[in-house]
Amino acid sequence: MGSITEQTTSSASGFGGMQARSAEVLNTQARISVRNLDFYYGTNKALKGINLDLPDRQVTGMIGPSGCGKSTLLRVLNRMYSLYPGQRAEGEVLMDGRNIIDASVDLNELRAKIGMVFQKPTPFPMTIYDNIAFGIKLHEKLPKSELDDRVEWALSRAAIWGEVKDRLQSSAMSLSGGQQQRLCIARSIAVRPEVMLFDEPTSALDPISTLKIEELIDELKRDFTICIVTHNMQQAARCADQVAFFYLGELVEVAPAAQLFTAPREKRTQEYITGRFG
Amino acid sequence: MSSTTFQAEPRGAVRRSSALASRRKIVDLIVKWLCMTATLIGLFFLASIMATLLWRGLASMDWIVLTEEFRPTRYGDENAPKGGLIHAILGSLIQTAIGTAIGTPIGLLVGTYLSEYARGSALGNTLRFVSDVLLSAPSILIGLFIYQLVVLPMGGFSGIAGALALAIIVIPVVVRTTEDMLQLIPNTLREAVIGLGAPKWKMITLVCYKAAASGILTGILLAVARIAGETAPLLLTSFGNNVTSFDLTTAMASLPIAIYQQANSGFPDLIEIAWSGALLITLGVLAINIIARLVLRGRN
Repeated sequence: MGSITEQTTSSASGFGGMQARSAEVLNTQARISVRNLDFYYGTNKALKGINLDLPDRQVTGMIGPSGCGKSTLLRVLNRMYSLYPGQRAEGEVLMDGRNIIDASVDLNELRAKIGMVFQKPTPFPMTIYDNIAFGIKLHEKLPKSELDDRVEWALSRAAIWGEVKDRLQSSAMSLSGGQQQRLCIARSIAVRPEVMLFDEPTSALDPISTLKIEELIDELKRDFTICIVTHNMQQAARCADQVAFFYLGELVEVAPAAQLFTAPREKRTQEYITGRFG
Repeated sequence: MSSTTFQAEPRGAVRRSSALASRRKIVDLIVKWLCMTATLIGLFFLASIMATLLWRGLASMDWIVLTEEFRPTRYGDENAPKGGLIHAILGSLIQTAIGTAIGTPIGLLVGTYLSEYARGSALGNTLRFVSDVLLSAPSILIGLFIYQLVVLPMGGFSGIAGALALAIIVIPVVVRTTEDMLQLIPNTLREAVIGLGAPKWKMITLVCYKAAASGILTGILLAVARIAGETAPLLLTSFGNNVTSFDLTTAMASLPIAIYQQANSGFPDLIEIAWSGALLITLGVLAINIIARLVLRGRN
């Protein structure tokens, strides 16, 4: 990490409605900088000249209609697209002064630094404990007691420790959807990433679980730089410090949440957030 | 739902729809009875096969059949000792076990390759096609293949040749089920593993295999059930033997071949023993199928 941060903690709360964050919180250094990024699915250009900074230990929300490229951008940030031949990115995504879309980047190392939580909960078919320990064991050799501590720490950070501490050895499949999603967040945290990517993390969850995840995201941004893709504009307003609006593969507008939802500069943003299309 | 709150429909509309409804009911009944008749016909044959098998098989089933080796017919000499099938039971167990042990890892790895590494590639599609052809190839061809490849060079029939022929039958079955079961795993689960910074081989071995374990195990069990009853590939490879043999380099007995030979002998007492052998195989295959179902049911 090691960046100078002016944390304005007064911006907490505000889960009620469209009450968005103040603008000052964004005066922080960029953790990830996207520069002139183009992305292709085969010959189909899905992202066009994207420029975006993810401020350190802030929440960046990405909104836009289906197929606008927001999830694609998220999948560029941890190189998930590299799994699929035919998908390629051009341009720069800078993190710690390195272009992470460069072919020479060690993907396993990168993904340890940039965690991801998916739309549907993805518990592994093993015990709750093993789900969390799995990621840790990939990158570190810890003695059992330290491993236990780390598992507890991760589950506590994901606000699920109290619910699972008595059944760490039961299957993760036995948890409810909301619990599974928090387990997945804990699993990512356990690796101690610097950046967390959330791809519509609550779209498969009920309102109570959604609220818990949103509170959690707000809590986590003290330590992690967070990027969240969401279809729910209220959610973007509640969670995000800055919001980026995508349309047809272009980044139309990026602004502090309060500004984007109340006084957007672009007409297309205005039309989208007022529900005229998308 | 209470129908009293609905407005009454116009008379004509009601009458038309009730005529339509009664026609639908008749068609519904006809289709239902067609299906049930077909089912009953199928069940009748299955039940009659099972009944015959039980009746004839149990007739001469005793401790001797399960513990003694082959003996010549007692026809014309009531005091001669009765023979059994232990040589064939042991031979079948040995060849099936070795065939499964050889075929399963190969099938598992090929299935993994098809699902995890070669999705949509030309090589993958070709392999899948070849494997499917092998799956439905007449098993005598596989016997001939091993005859050329192993039996002739070795200079004679052998247990290992039989096991290899069975292994070749196991491979495509395991390939198919492994690929199918791995394909059932949602891609997001794979991405979740990769997203933690896991290399692909760990994703496959630590998570995908675990998620697909019961399905793959079921496939292996069904492959075992299939080769346990194979006759044709063994005729040209392990040939059969009238005594118990643990030597893989010489001819080895097996239940299907023992049945084939004794049923063809023309002596009533040997034919009775062949029925007992058929019953044994059927019960074995049935047991494997039941285990496979239990494994699959225990999935979650």
